[in-house]
Amino acid sequence: MINGILHPKNVVAQLVEQNVSHYVTLPDSETAHMYEALMAEPSITVVPVSREGEAIPVAAGLFIAGQNPIISIQNAGLYEAGDSLRGLGLGIGLPLVMFIGYRGHNRKGDTPDTAAVMLEPYLHLWRVDYFVIESDEDLDRVPLAFDRAKKTNQPVALAIGTEYAKEPSIDSIMGGAK
Amino acid sequence: MITYFDACRVLNQYRSDAVSISTMTQTKYWNDVSKKPDLDISIGNAMSKASSLALGIALGAPERQVLCLDADGSLLMNFGSLATIAGAAPNNFYHFVFNNGIYGITGGQPLPTVEVDYAKAAEACGYTGSYRFSDIESLDSSLPQILSNPGPALIEIIVKGEPEHDGVDQTWESNAKMPMQLRALRKNLTGVDDWGPGGPFL
Repeated sequence: MINGILHPKNVVAQLVEQNVSHYVTLPDSETAHMYEALMAEPSITVVPVSREGEAIPVAAGLFIAGQNPIISIQNAGLYEAGDSLRGLGLGIGLPLVMFIGYRGHNRKGDTPDTAAVMLEPYLHLWRVDYFVIESDEDLDRVPLAFDRAKKTNQPVALAIGTEYAKEPSIDSIMGGAK
Repeated sequence: MITYFDACRVLNQYRSDAVSISTMTQTKYWNDVSKKPDLDISIGNAMSKASSLALGIALGAPERQVLCLDADGSLLMNFGSLATIAGAAPNNFYHFVFNNGIYGITGGQPLPTVEVDYAKAAEACGYTGSYRFSDIESLDSSLPQILSNPGPALIEIIVKGEPEHDGVDQTWESNAKMPMQLRALRKNLTGVDDWGPGGPFL
């Protein structure tokens, strides 16, 4: 993972800006703090799934019902979800933004994590457009992804190349002010 | 044991304006009896994901009943969806599982085991209701009450297997059917026709 700082509250603000209704997810270690931030956002409903392959079909159903979902799964889970991406993502022309945890990502090219090594070739193979986010400075790519998904009627990936930062809790902020 | 035709016929009597998502062998029978094709989705190109797609629709349109016409082999491939559905707890979700013990579409090979009690599995996961029927009279007499109770409920139907021996032809036209149905249903549910073409079939 890259050492850039990515604050969950800034990502959530982007999702609110895009009128996201549901966040379909199977949490992973990199996104733990994002999950906490979303649970505190009343306008977005978190929908946990048991396996990543469920995420795209659930999101497709939500979209058909008029909602505006996204999914968030890890790269290893995306591989498990391949047939869902084929049949109910690419196959139906689903405009879906997919947050993909880029586990093992670094810029050195020597990661031992094959989940990282294979992610970008995998997205190219499936002809899925994607953007990489490594810090708050990259968050302008979020609206780009939503725009691309809508214009192409295809899933678009946001590869999250750093762990979400832990936000200070209200208690710790208040405690620090004493 | 119940025939596919009878199960679909009885279910259709009580569907009202429910959305349906069907998969595998029962789809052809359901399509024959359904009077509301604009509310029907036939999952033909994403085996095992009928329950997950149906869950999304149920959560997104909570005022509308959703009937998922699932199959035992398909559900085994997506068994975790039982826990996902139970956790989401949509009270408009009715999960019918046609249990024939075989992979009918591929010629009738047996499932890894035919001992699974899907109703008990759903109950263990936390479904609000779970039922198992092996005769059409009981199914017929029980369905009105089941569909008036809040879900999620799983209704397992023991059916006579009908192995397909001719295979399934995939054509550009047949594969375009599901994307077209999905667009029609979105238009029906939202009143907006804003989902343009996309993917290889449209």
